[in-house]
Amino acid sequence: MTADTATVDEALASRFVERAEAGGLLDVAVTTMDSPIGTLLLMATRRGLVRIAFESENRDDVLAEVATQLSPRILEAPRRLDPVRRELDSYFNGDLRDFDLDLDWSLVGPFAQRVLRRTARIPYGSVASYGDVAHEIGSPRAARAVGNALGSNPIPVVVPCHRVVRTGGNIGGYGGGLPRKRWLLDLETG
Amino acid sequence: MRSTQLPPFQRVFDEHSGAVLSFLRGAVGPADAEDCFQETMLSALRAYPRLVDGSNLRGWLFTIARRKVIDARRALARRPTPVADPDPGAAPGDQAIIDEGLWDDVRRLPVKQRRAVVLRFAGDRSYPEIAEAMSTTQDSARQSVHEGLKKLRRDRA
Repeated sequence: MTADTATVDEALASRFVERAEAGGLLDVAVTTMDSPIGTLLLMATRRGLVRIAFESENRDDVLAEVATQLSPRILEAPRRLDPVRRELDSYFNGDLRDFDLDLDWSLVGPFAQRVLRRTARIPYGSVASYGDVAHEIGSPRAARAVGNALGSNPIPVVVPCHRVVRTGGNIGGYGGGLPRKRWLLDLETG
Repeated sequence: MRSTQLPPFQRVFDEHSGAVLSFLRGAVGPADAEDCFQETMLSALRAYPRLVDGSNLRGWLFTIARRKVIDARRALARRPTPVADPDPGAAPGDQAIIDEGLWDDVRRLPVKQRRAVVLRFAGDRSYPEIAEAMSTTQDSARQSVHEGLKKLRRDRA
């Protein structure tokens, strides 16, 4: 007789997730999706989409960070993220221009939130400069701080920080790496 | 203040849920194990953010599982007739028949031997942990496992 460990099959595991969700115990739902810019890690609280991570970020680090900052009650629960996945799919297909998703800004400080909320209003297919965004939020001399806030955007793609570029044609930096930023800008200018 | 960082609950589930389910199958039988499993994991998830010491998550889960086993046995004692027949819808393979037969034999062991064997093999616990769970000495825990295995071998010969 060996110390055998039972296999928890998928049905049993997903029943647990359903009951956790029904009982209000699922603080952060996680899933992944394939996309033209690589696998995306998606996370949502009951309030909305809270985090998107590119595969250039270490998955365990992202999960650990959210466990510390929000709650360790994190489970793989694809269903809560169905609407997010649907909208992202049609965005990547070029069919969707404006996301209509509930967002949870819990991971964002007050200044960065002003920056990102303003950034979210830059229309599909157009760009703004770091200075433009700084000016729009009433801190015209804070272009560098704006850059930092955009660089730590926890919800890239949906909050389109890729639409903020340097003046003079240089596309500037991107948390997910410049090839992804280039790809997104190319998609939007078709 | 936490002494250790709590990992995402998904990782706790991935790493320990199989051992918890094994333990429960041995302790309450395959028919009730899944309900007990759900109750155990939901209780754990509910309490998880308030857990102060995350250094022995498996031990913590087993403490909760043992409480659920006690609840399940109480509920079982109140049932008018014991459920003996396996689910007619299930079509177990050979492996499952062997395993279920084995657990039936385990369930017929005297209570001390049964607890010790289940903790040791389904729960994958060390002798110090078994001794603690059974409020006894390590020698006595070892003895109970040994006697239990001897009896199982005899019964299954």
